[in-house]
Amino acid sequence: MAAVTYLELLKLGGSEVLLVLAGLVVLLVDLAVMRDEPRQNRMLLAGAISAVGCFAAGLWALQDGITGRAFAGMLVIDRASQLVKVVLLMMTAATVALSVQGRFTRHVGEYFSLLLFSTVGMMLMVSTENILLLFVALEIASLSLYILTAFNEENPQADEAALKYFLFGGVAAAFLLFGLSVLYGLTGSLDLREIGAVLGQRGVDAGVAVAVVLVLVGFGFKVAAVPFHLWAPDAYVGAPTPVAALVASGSKVAAFFLLGKVLSTGFAEVAGSAAWHGVLSGWAPVLAVMACFSLLLGNLAAIAQKRLKRLLAYSAVGHAGYMLVGAMALAGATDRGRALAMVVFYAATYGFTTIGAFGVAAAMERAGESDRIDGFAGLSSRAPVMSFCLMIFLLSLAGIPPLVGFAGKFFLFGSALAAGPGLGLVWLVGFAIAMSAVALFYYLGVLKQAYVVPAGERAGTLTVQVSVILTLAVLTAVVLLLGLYPGLLLDPLTRALAVGM
Amino acid sequence: MSLPAWTIYLPFLGMLVLLLWPGATSRDARRVALVTMLLAGGAAFLSVLRYNPDAGWQEIVRLPWIPQFGIEYHLAMDGISACLLLLTAVASVVGVLFSWNIEHRTRAYFAFYLALIGGVYGVFLSRDLFLLFVFYEIAIIPKYFLIAIWGSTRREYGAMKLVLYSFVGSAVALVGMLAILAMGWRETGTPTMDLGLLARIPWSGGFQAWVFPLVFVGFGFLAGMWPFHSWAPTGHVAAPTPVSMLLAGVIMKLGAYGALRVGVGLFPAGVQMWQGTIALLAVCGILYGALVALVQQDFKFVIGFSSVSHMGFVILGLVTLNRYGLGGAVVQMFSHGILAGLLFGVVGRMVYDRTHTRQLPDLERMHLNRVLPFAAWTFVLAGVASMGLPGFSGFVAEMFVLVGAWSAFPLYAIATGVGILVGVAYTLRAVRRAFFADAGRAVAEAVALEHPLPPITWPEKIGAVVLLAASLMVGLNPDLLFRYVLPGVDGMLGVMAKGGGL
Repeated sequence: MAAVTYLELLKLGGSEVLLVLAGLVVLLVDLAVMRDEPRQNRMLLAGAISAVGCFAAGLWALQDGITGRAFAGMLVIDRASQLVKVVLLMMTAATVALSVQGRFTRHVGEYFSLLLFSTVGMMLMVSTENILLLFVALEIASLSLYILTAFNEENPQADEAALKYFLFGGVAAAFLLFGLSVLYGLTGSLDLREIGAVLGQRGVDAGVAVAVVLVLVGFGFKVAAVPFHLWAPDAYVGAPTPVAALVASGSKVAAFFLLGKVLSTGFAEVAGSAAWHGVLSGWAPVLAVMACFSLLLGNLAAIAQKRLKRLLAYSAVGHAGYMLVGAMALAGATDRGRALAMVVFYAATYGFTTIGAFGVAAAMERAGESDRIDGFAGLSSRAPVMSFCLMIFLLSLAGIPPLVGFAGKFFLFGSALAAGPGLGLVWLVGFAIAMSAVALFYYLGVLKQAYVVPAGERAGTLTVQVSVILTLAVLTAVVLLLGLYPGLLLDPLTRALAVGM
Repeated sequence: MSLPAWTIYLPFLGMLVLLLWPGATSRDARRVALVTMLLAGGAAFLSVLRYNPDAGWQEIVRLPWIPQFGIEYHLAMDGISACLLLLTAVASVVGVLFSWNIEHRTRAYFAFYLALIGGVYGVFLSRDLFLLFVFYEIAIIPKYFLIAIWGSTRREYGAMKLVLYSFVGSAVALVGMLAILAMGWRETGTPTMDLGLLARIPWSGGFQAWVFPLVFVGFGFLAGMWPFHSWAPTGHVAAPTPVSMLLAGVIMKLGAYGALRVGVGLFPAGVQMWQGTIALLAVCGILYGALVALVQQDFKFVIGFSSVSHMGFVILGLVTLNRYGLGGAVVQMFSHGILAGLLFGVVGRMVYDRTHTRQLPDLERMHLNRVLPFAAWTFVLAGVASMGLPGFSGFVAEMFVLVGAWSAFPLYAIATGVGILVGVAYTLRAVRRAFFADAGRAVAEAVALEHPLPPITWPEKIGAVVLLAASLMVGLNPDLLFRYVLPGVDGMLGVMAKGGGL
């Protein structure tokens, strides 16, 4: 283990440090200077500082040559982790932009600093290969998000939602911690690589199976996969809408990157197989079952929803299913880096898209309406730009080309199928594609309200906040651009991960 | 030479213009659409003229796109594409002419319309499987909005049914495509989606046995293949007239084209394994569509079911695996595209928009042959053309398909002949009841129309004449199309034979 000086450590963790500083500054400035200002100004200033913090941290992460592995894999900084961090920071910045003109909280400084701290947690999640720090990072992100969920003063359900989120999260964290400690007991190491090596010799036995399943339970909660998804609909509806967007996007990207790393480094040799007629014990069958049920339940339950945020929550469960299908490719030994790149690509693009969809819900709420789907009637004439953005987001979520959702799904399924063995996963891929046809039905249901059904009597033009419409426009551009040319994100990702693994 | 590629870019540019021009009046929108379609159609004609049918594939654009999966932005045309480009050019221009009376949200209407056409041109020019699929799907969503917003009878139901059917079909095909990608990757060591390269891979028999039906049926959904056709009549009826024209005219051809290029083109052995089954389904479709058309009371449903019947010929031709059957299928795509468009135009625009009814019993009382003579005679000509009168395109196409089918499956060819006879019956029944109802009974009921019907407008006349002329030209001089189609088919069959299966 090479000794790492403080200076080097500061350099490796520069992004995180910058973001923590920004969070503290936000808190301090709001407390000390802005106390008596009107809320609008406080929000703007705090938002601006947060955005600057995200920007600075992103710039730091984009620097060349910052790579290293410190303290037995506690801090692993490589190009892949830096790239994912930039994506995470962009998501946080979008969340901040959606928040600044909101009216849901009086605790401005706390709100923005918690947003930044949860992002720091996510960033640590993507830059560690140590199971102890993995757990700590996960908890930093989760705890901040629990609190943020309760911040919605406009919604009386927020407290209940936050409590539910917290209780489920706490139990899942307990499972994860238990799984990790079993893992440590079995292998005597906290470093995922060493764990992987030991497990490789050991094979799948009862102890390993327990550890693997418990760890997957913990992650299943984090990514809202069935049957650990029960918190999601309530948390999404109760939380301030921008926070729900962050839970659906950034938190998922980080969790999937980390899950991918755990599966492909730590559990590489205990993958097993979920191929038809060829099931072998390991994590792959467990993941396949989770994927199947997430796809089924998420997509079917979304059909029945009357509110956009609830619909998005269930569709998020379904999308977790797609990503789990993609993660199945990590079981194949051929090219794990590429397989992980596909999962991260999907998670990232899904994140951008879903932030956009939540942004529309936020704009509706801010305009004094709700996110009820029948309230979207005539949106195309009431707010043409926003409804165009909504169309792009929802069609992308449904997987219609040339939007990025289609490209992402194609990559996920293609890599899952190509990973083998044989075409053994074709049953799962076929099922996932069938479910995406179900998904089109409910997304079109929303668009039908927006484009087909005429507006009711009280239909005036909707005023949409500048910050919101700008964010939506940028996200729409991202969805279109990445759909037409996925290489913009996919190429760096595959390159970085091919080196990393 | 990248002229053919402009057939794709121009519609999307036109769409952008419409989207970014909020002040455009209905007039402006119509003009933008017409000009765009004329330019794109002109580009299509010119590129077909410049295309040398004996040269095989003509490259248009080839750029790397997503190298991780061997996906390229690859456009190319052969004789089959050329034939369908011509169809799209004619149908899209006429479609705009028949949309001339759209006043409700005109700008949005034409934006969706142009996106749809851009996707259609793209499918016919794609040489990369992924790209083909992208364009194929682009054509789906605009249909939903076009039908749900501007349609008539049970439009939201019809639109949703149509979109879900198409999407389920493409989902089935997508599974097949992914299997092709993964299997080809394993066979050759590098991922590729290039249709030319994929056709040369010697797929194992077991693989072809299950992937071919997935792909063929998946695309067959949109081609109105029986028993997955049931979106077609409801969709056609619900759609606004120009969109029914496009649905029957070009959209159903997308499905058939996909089935031809991906299903038949890549898996000759798969075709041989399944051709009996699929031919049986095709014949069922021909007979079923014709028989159901025979008893419809709604005029538009007559045409809707006749489309299913005519598309049965295309499906039948595709699985004959010989040059006459395949060539006939392609020309039948052209012919049906033109004629179904015309029939829908007469029924939906000329008759329904004026009389506000499509029920044959109501139309019987209106003496439409005297009130709307142009519509009546257009329908008669289109009807006899689609029932296969020599001199029109339908005859040539169906004869080729029958010749091809005769050598492949004689029994089905006979059943198909019965289908043609029923076709004559339902067309004559529709002509008689809609336009030339029995004078005695009609006079007795003597319902004088309260308002005189507005006369047939110029855009309608021009559109109808263009379509009739196209059908007549091909009927009188089939070589116009066959000189492109047959070399294309031969090239395909040659590759299939080399790929090891035939």
